Amino acid sequence: MTEQSESGPAHKTLEMGMALLIGAFGLVVIFGSIKAGINWGAEGPRAGFFPFYVGAAIVVASAINLWSARRDDDGRRFAAWGQLRQVMSVVVPTAIYVGSMPFIGLYVASMIFIAWFMRWLGGYRWLTVTAVAVGMPVVTYLVFERWFLVPLPKGPFEEWLGL
Amino acid sequence: MEELANLFHGFAVALQPYNIMLMIIGITLGVVIGVLPGLGGANGVAILLPLTFSMPPTSAIIMLSCIYWGALFGGAITSILFNIPGEPWSVATTFDGYPMAQQGRPGEALTAAFTSSFVGALFAVIMITLVAPLVAGFALRFGPAEKFAVYFLAFCSFVGLSKEPPFKTIAAMMMGFALAAVGLDSITGQLRLTFGSTELLNGFDFLIAVIGLFGIGEILLTMEEGLAFRGGNASINLRVVLQTWRELPAYWMTSLRSCLIGCWMGITPAGATPASFMSYGIAKRLARRGNNFGKGEIEGVIAPETAAHAAGTAALLPMLSLGVPGSPTAAVLLGGLLIWGLQPGPMLFVEQKEFVWGLIASMYLGNLAGLIVVLTCVPLFAAILRVPFGIIAPLILVLCAIGAYSVHNSTFDVMLMLVFGVLGYLLKKCNYPLAPLVLAIVLGDKAEEAFRQSLLGSQGSLGVFFSNGLVSTIMALGLVALFWSAIQEGYSRLRMSMA
Repeated sequence: MTEQSESGPAHKTLEMGMALLIGAFGLVVIFGSIKAGINWGAEGPRAGFFPFYVGAAIVVASAINLWSARRDDDGRRFAAWGQLRQVMSVVVPTAIYVGSMPFIGLYVASMIFIAWFMRWLGGYRWLTVTAVAVGMPVVTYLVFERWFLVPLPKGPFEEWLGL
Repeated sequence: MEELANLFHGFAVALQPYNIMLMIIGITLGVVIGVLPGLGGANGVAILLPLTFSMPPTSAIIMLSCIYWGALFGGAITSILFNIPGEPWSVATTFDGYPMAQQGRPGEALTAAFTSSFVGALFAVIMITLVAPLVAGFALRFGPAEKFAVYFLAFCSFVGLSKEPPFKTIAAMMMGFALAAVGLDSITGQLRLTFGSTELLNGFDFLIAVIGLFGIGEILLTMEEGLAFRGGNASINLRVVLQTWRELPAYWMTSLRSCLIGCWMGITPAGATPASFMSYGIAKRLARRGNNFGKGEIEGVIAPETAAHAAGTAALLPMLSLGVPGSPTAAVLLGGLLIWGLQPGPMLFVEQKEFVWGLIASMYLGNLAGLIVVLTCVPLFAAILRVPFGIIAPLILVLCAIGAYSVHNSTFDVMLMLVFGVLGYLLKKCNYPLAPLVLAIVLGDKAEEAFRQSLLGSQGSLGVFFSNGLVSTIMALGLVALFWSAIQEGYSRLRMSMA
């Protein structure tokens, strides 16, 4: 939407994909509800009764959304490829960060994540990077674990430090 | 008179030094949250909610609601100084606020915005003080059918009033209901929609959804746009403040109108954002200098700010008295009540007098404190905005992860947060509204319970929702709201064919 020259996926494609995705979710809900029982039992409406209609509403609404997405194509792009690369450059490392958390703990993972982000996406000097990447987890530790007594996930490094 | 006594008692609670300290902390955090992109009122409160688990509920709600007020104030700072709305409800403030700042009148614009916010909030709080106990007293007589009718009305208003296409609103909302249904069924105790996964036994927590949808999603959107701040300097001195205050009473009519719009939009769950746009639009049409709107007219700052803050505050009225939150942030606060072991709804006014009136009193004090804090500390908050996004973004992401983890001490929730984040980004890009989705996750179980209990009483006949005057009226209002856009279209076509 900024520069028309740069190419990118069409908005229409994504809009239709989204409608299909939500519709599929609705089908899963309907399927799960039927498994739980959608009719009346001894205790009244059974567990799947309400979600069944919710799932049906999702499917119907998505069908209409799909239809209207097909109909009005305004030729807009969803986003330029460069923009999507920017977005992915956050999503992928965040996914790695989140995925590594159960193994190395939140603090070490956060340090690496912040340092990576600032160095590669921000292009900061190592001094600034180190200060923020170490400072933030330390402050977090003091505020959450010491002050408010909220435990956060720890890994081998914290164990070695004896925290 | 009993209310007045309760209110004074509430002031005594809110004025305890510990609570005042929390109030100031809350406001400051709230303004920071409002100023930073990616951290909004709803997910700011959601991230900080776990910190309050060990506090007494009254202190906790005081701090969290003050974060909310702070975020409402903070949104105006970035709109006026940087032309970047920190919050969706301050978009309308950029129209005239930013031109004013560029013309060298940032102090004037900021003073007008903050003062209007305060006036809007004060109006709404007075309304809450007077109306909430009455509504709660009335709602005490509600049976399951009436309860469901209120939920029905709330959700239908979303469909009718939101600017997104109605079927997208319905799709988003129903996804919320479906997510809420996952896990243990509260009535039969049966598992459903878990598909054998143990992680899903307890269902989806809306806090995770809020942090993901609003926090991560917002960061991704900001990344795509590639952020560069070009902002003017902010300075407010006493002379400018006093001078602006002398000017403001001339616009009392705009203020009053915006207050009313805000309160109305806040109680019906349309929320602060449409309220600010509507108020701006009406002010533009009715003002004597309406043609100058968009070029730096002070009235164009007053109107949206008053309405947004009035709506944001009024959103707490249905939350307190009916248990139906009027905005995503109010929904998060309601979730907090449940976690602290309080049952939101009319019984609060009977059983938890200290809590309710402490909160209401803190609304008066919190907004006053907020006005003072923002007026004195604007340069400081503006400086935060100059910290580059490359540093802010990873810190916010880490904060979101910490917030998501500490809700249930589960790393699975953190992954879920990221999934919700990507989903939020895609939904937002495709013009699906997020607020009804979140509200449906929060209220899904309660709405379903009310629905099934009513059907149980009537042996499965839907006639129970039209069995008496009260429930039929609420249901009829809901249906009108549901088909509002269709009705409007039909009306305009009718007029076209008449002409």
